[in-house]
Amino acid sequence: MTDSGLELTIGSKPYSVGAVNSRVRIELKRIKKFRLFDWLFKKSLGFSSILFVMIIIGIFLTLLIQSIPSIKEFGLSYYTHSTWNPVEREFGSLPFLVGTVITSFLALIITIPFSLSISLFLGEYFRKGAPSTFLRNAVEILGGIPSVIYGFWGLFFLVPIMRSLEVSLGLPSLGIGIFTTSILLFIMIIPYSASIGREVISMVPNHLKEAAYSLGATKYEVIRSIVLPYARSGIFAGILLALGRALGETMAVTMVIGNRNALPTSIFSPANTMASVIANEFTEATGDVYVSSLIQIGLLLFVVTTIINIAGKKIIKQFGKTQ
Amino acid sequence: MSNLIIRKIKNNIFKYLVFTFAVLLAVPLLLILFYIVKEGISSLNWGFIFNLPKPVGETGGGIANAIIGTFELIFIASLIAIPFGIALGIYLTEFQKKKFTYYVRLGVDVLQGTPSIVIGMIAYLWIVKQMGSFSALSGGAALSIMMLPLIITSTEETLKLLPFSLKESAYALGVPYYAAIIRVVLPAAMNGIVTGIMLGVARIAGETAPLLFTAFGSPFMNLDVMKPISSLPHVIFTYATSPYKEWHSLAWGASLILILLILILNISAKMLAKRWKVKF
Repeated sequence: MTDSGLELTIGSKPYSVGAVNSRVRIELKRIKKFRLFDWLFKKSLGFSSILFVMIIIGIFLTLLIQSIPSIKEFGLSYYTHSTWNPVEREFGSLPFLVGTVITSFLALIITIPFSLSISLFLGEYFRKGAPSTFLRNAVEILGGIPSVIYGFWGLFFLVPIMRSLEVSLGLPSLGIGIFTTSILLFIMIIPYSASIGREVISMVPNHLKEAAYSLGATKYEVIRSIVLPYARSGIFAGILLALGRALGETMAVTMVIGNRNALPTSIFSPANTMASVIANEFTEATGDVYVSSLIQIGLLLFVVTTIINIAGKKIIKQFGKTQ
Repeated sequence: MSNLIIRKIKNNIFKYLVFTFAVLLAVPLLLILFYIVKEGISSLNWGFIFNLPKPVGETGGGIANAIIGTFELIFIASLIAIPFGIALGIYLTEFQKKKFTYYVRLGVDVLQGTPSIVIGMIAYLWIVKQMGSFSALSGGAALSIMMLPLIITSTEETLKLLPFSLKESAYALGVPYYAAIIRVVLPAAMNGIVTGIMLGVARIAGETAPLLFTAFGSPFMNLDVMKPISSLPHVIFTYATSPYKEWHSLAWGASLILILLILILNISAKMLAKRWKVKF
């Protein structure tokens, strides 16, 4: 018997009650420390999520507040006026809106047959094997090439080709302009629509396709009446996301579009897009109204791409749920 | 019978149409790569990599400052984006039922679609304007915002794949929550997270638009984060749009280096994902 009169045996060792008490105290301290750390950990996770959402809201609010001077001065005429003349403090953004819409939609129209073919090739004809690996990697590499390199290549490879094309058509031979930009943009946005198209096409249930085959349908008929109708919404979403990319594309466009602040007269004429005018003039802009007009373009770009992007994502999520 | 033949012909025409369009895609890719290698390889030499830019007319200029600058910008961006992105990825997986999670996820979607030029504008308004000068710090901050969505989604997706039993066994050993996440769950998800980081770096390495109003570019070697800094994509842009032949060839060389950097990052990210795939 020890002094305290009691003894505990844990394992094969004897412990006095005093020792057990102090051990319990140490353990309690450790648990308290753990609780504190847990609390800190959860709080910091929560804090970073709040900070993140605040950054997004902050982006929108900053753009909105900074464009108030130009909204006040021009109102809606800002979107309908077609003169952009910083010297005279005249700011109408119509040329850029038109330039952006034409280049993006032209690029989109050219992209559709290509991205649809690639999606079918990878999702339906060749799901595995060397051709599919090759093409999938090619799409991925295309998606990884920086915008500025596309622009550089466009400037030295596409522009001369376009120039000789324009000469043979009897047009002024500039080489740069809306059409060249659309060609470049179409190459750049293929990866976005193609990768989503491939995914949704390969998600079409096999039993539907097999049922059609068993009725004697050819592959083309299966694709036309089963695969494409089934994957329609997903393919559309992919095209929507590609459109969002095309609208906001900056560097490549800035390098080959010609940067002319007037309404384009034909699809070969030089123009400016919303993104390219910001890239060209933002650092040189002087005066509140000038800067604010450019920020208003940024605001419009942000709002439009956000809407397009979220709509595309929603459609894809919906498509995934129907599986 | 003739009906069947027509259907078969239609089938074949469609098939070859799809094949042609799909294979045609390789044409621009090969053209771009071929052009860059052809033009770029002639300007590649040690001087090009280790020298500083020289004025027009002098030969032997290099892009050492741009290479260093690109790495510095990537470093700053990673320093901000990696911890922040991983924390948000953990938040999205751990608090799936919270209402706020919906807004965070919405924010990720918004950020993913935001044009890079708008992010450049924001970094200018938030940082450059407040500090009064263009700086490497503002460029890195702009790039970190561009990098975030990729890190968040890759972290979230990898964490979701991990079985719950992993966390449970940690709890059963008396491990507290924070330690279970940091020392058990995160290491198991490391390969996915690192892959995401590499893809994020590959994405921002070639970004130019956000740097126009932030890092701005500089002809000098600069390591100070408070001063303007040069970078590979920015050098390509300024040299490519200049009227000088020598500068064009410098830009081709810089393009080649940049493409190689991005390709290496992408390929190693893929190999990493394949090799260290943890299976449960």
